[in-house]
Amino acid sequence: MSKANPEFWRWQEYHRIMPNKKWSKNDVITAGVDVGSVGSKAAIMVNGEAYSWGITRTGSNSPESAKKALDYALEDTGLRVTDLKYIVGTGYGRVNVPMANKAITEIACHAKGANYIWGPSVRTVLDVGGQDIKAIRIDETGRVVSFLMNDKCAAGTGRGMEVFADLLKIPIEEIGEISLKVEQEPEPVSCTCVAFAKTEAMGLLRKGWSKEKVLAAYTRAMAVRMANLIKRVGLEKELVVTGGQSKNIGIVSRIEVILGVKTLPMPRWREDGLDPMVAGALGAASLGKLLYDKAQKG
Amino acid sequence: MTLITHYGYCDGSGEYYIVIDSDKCNGCNKCVLACPQKALQLEIEFIDLEEKTVAAVVELHRKKIKYTCASCKPENNNTPCALACESKAITSVWIPR
Repeated sequence: MSKANPEFWRWQEYHRIMPNKKWSKNDVITAGVDVGSVGSKAAIMVNGEAYSWGITRTGSNSPESAKKALDYALEDTGLRVTDLKYIVGTGYGRVNVPMANKAITEIACHAKGANYIWGPSVRTVLDVGGQDIKAIRIDETGRVVSFLMNDKCAAGTGRGMEVFADLLKIPIEEIGEISLKVEQEPEPVSCTCVAFAKTEAMGLLRKGWSKEKVLAAYTRAMAVRMANLIKRVGLEKELVVTGGQSKNIGIVSRIEVILGVKTLPMPRWREDGLDPMVAGALGAASLGKLLYDKAQKG
Repeated sequence: MTLITHYGYCDGSGEYYIVIDSDKCNGCNKCVLACPQKALQLEIEFIDLEEKTVAAVVELHRKKIKYTCASCKPENNNTPCALACESKAITSVWIPR
């Protein structure tokens, strides 16, 4: 029979150790485990500085996904779980991270993580996760001032993009670029609900719309929703995007157009930078360091 | 310092948000008792490495506030939760389109 269908939605799982970083037994080594609805991320910090991380797909069992992500972050580092002084669990499945010393909401962790990745000038963080969107306003220390979570389901999120990648047979990594290949921006689709959007997209394709145009219409609708959330919490510069969708140039560039501000450029995560998808896990590890220090002073 | 949390939605019909100021909230539980839909509860929130017990919308209701709060919504800032709050930490805003 025919070859198995390629999985267009599947993004790459990977782990990374920061180059030129070392650890020793005397260092305070902390970890953050962010079990999201679609991806599980774990980050290791040495004395509050990013050391390594791992990103895997979340399975049906949160404790297992947490363990898998953490093992992935520890791979090839020579570190063992017992070397970790403090572990913070976060994300959708945070109460199901068995090895964690503490569970903290992903809001606080993403705020701290964005502050760590981009520095103190960040004031607004848009986290677009697998199944929800959060707009967070923070201060110069990475503390949450105001936040808003989207109301409904997976509308306009990472999972929605996966569904579209599959429907249009476009690899997920290319979806942003391709959505920008339209001469004129089409009207946004009326509904960003994943289930209904699929039906609407099929209708548009039958009407003769190109894949690019359909994708542009859907991406535009998502960006409009995200921009509305940001307006509600109050936009203050600098703006950054975290979570899986930060890698979707189609989304990010449209948000910039709608709001009339530039986002801070994404770190060069493929080479030597920090991946905005692990912002939550990095923030968790960073808060873990602060909590450990506090307990020592105790 | 303040921490303001917005729970709600925005769609073709308008915008509705329950806004809770965790700084003003004293965890008195009156809003929890006043809510006819039992949509509020006290939760431990993590602020500045400390833990504080504050009112929050029950996780289950967060993504269906449109339906949960449908009957109170037109009251605008006179919803039972907002009226019950002694420290004026809760506001609710309904902006029809």
